[in-house]
Amino acid sequence: MEFQSIVSSLFEGFYVNCFIFAMTLLMALPLGLIISFGSMAKFRPIKWLTKTFVWIIRGTPLMLQLFVVMYAPGILFEIPINSRMTAVLIAFVINYAAYFSEIFRGGIESIPRGQYEACQVLGMTKSQAFFKVVLFQVIKRIVAPISNEVITLVKDTSLARVISVAEIIMCAERFTKKGLIWPLFSTGIYFLIFNGILTLLFGYIEKKLDYYKG
Amino acid sequence: MSILEIKNLTKSFGKTEVLKGVSFSMEEGEVVSIIGSSGSGKTTLLRCANFLEKADSGQIFLDGNLFYDGQDKKKISPAELRQKQLNFGLVFQDFHLFPQYNVIDNVMLAPLLLAKEQEDYKQNKKEIEQQIRKNAEEILDRVGLSDKLNNYPCELSGGQKQRVSIARALALKPRILFFDEPTSALDPELTGEILKVIRKLASEHVTMVIVTHEINFAQGVSDKIIFMADGVVIEEGTPEEVIQNPKNERTRHFLHKMNEK
Repeated sequence: MEFQSIVSSLFEGFYVNCFIFAMTLLMALPLGLIISFGSMAKFRPIKWLTKTFVWIIRGTPLMLQLFVVMYAPGILFEIPINSRMTAVLIAFVINYAAYFSEIFRGGIESIPRGQYEACQVLGMTKSQAFFKVVLFQVIKRIVAPISNEVITLVKDTSLARVISVAEIIMCAERFTKKGLIWPLFSTGIYFLIFNGILTLLFGYIEKKLDYYKG
Repeated sequence: MSILEIKNLTKSFGKTEVLKGVSFSMEEGEVVSIIGSSGSGKTTLLRCANFLEKADSGQIFLDGNLFYDGQDKKKISPAELRQKQLNFGLVFQDFHLFPQYNVIDNVMLAPLLLAKEQEDYKQNKKEIEQQIRKNAEEILDRVGLSDKLNNYPCELSGGQKQRVSIARALALKPRILFFDEPTSALDPELTGEILKVIRKLASEHVTMVIVTHEINFAQGVSDKIIFMADGVVIEEGTPEEVIQNPKNERTRHFLHKMNEK
């Protein structure tokens, strides 16, 4: 096996990780915001339903959730899921949305009530108050915890292999059968570089948002 | 006709009765100061008048028209509430400026959002925005902050922050401007600049209701003083009547205590 074809096979695997990462982020962030509204709802049943949901998702392993999404529809309802990638994305998006929702909730609840009251007496609607005044302050407060989750997400994408989605570590492991260990080791480098870039990016965002205090 | 008339306003939080039937009225261009010890219900009265709290019963009249009725259990729609709210401005004790916007944007934000709802906004976008900016600059000049337009709230002193928040309220041209202890969160040496701004507004005949602990200031600036205790108005009248010659024992006691400080 020549070096180049191994590297290109690893790149193919890592493309899958990147795809899972990007799609999860893209869908889990807005979904997380919606779930956070649910967990702050004044209407009790919605609030408790959401809280129970978040508890279950955060309280069980992502690996188990992957298996459930993959096999439950087919075995229980005889509507098998059509693609493994779909199963991966459903499980990841729900799982990460639950974590994000708690970060959003914490951020939103940390904004002083006075900000909303100031908006109200200035004749703003509730949505104007949220989108024009509160949201930006929330973002500033949650950049650090979100960056933690995002970096965890990069590494979690390799869990997709448990339902046989050929992500980078699964690709690398194949080469151990041929007596090669370095492809497996080298996968770490992909993750390190990717997370290094993310760390720099989040550092940049934090710095950009540092123009004001409070 | 009175611009504002409040009749028998009551408000309870749980079992605590904070307002037990408060009434007063004021004319356009007047300055009314509300004094009284902490817990007398002054702030709650302002918050009810500005719809930050819902009064349990009683009425508010604006220009003689029924404006709010506590007995009316029908829910006011958010749009209607906003329309009503815009008649009043409120300056908070703790400013509540928007930290991510600079001074001029803090003042312009609400008028801009409001302008976007005008029908001709899209055609005359530029002129409308220029007009709002010009207006904001003028108001900031009136409160003496024309050199701070591009500063952020975190870069300002408490007194400057409070002046921005006064400008922010004025930018919407409220019929009545309410102040909730505007100097209480400030260092003593900074209260003067706020009182000066309020005096200036009074001389320009801005209709104002001021909840304050600054008795001397209230005496100088007000047309009418209201003394509140335990959720009711104990005494009201001109500064001469209430502060120089209080009739009620509790007013005398309160003023005496304030003098000792």
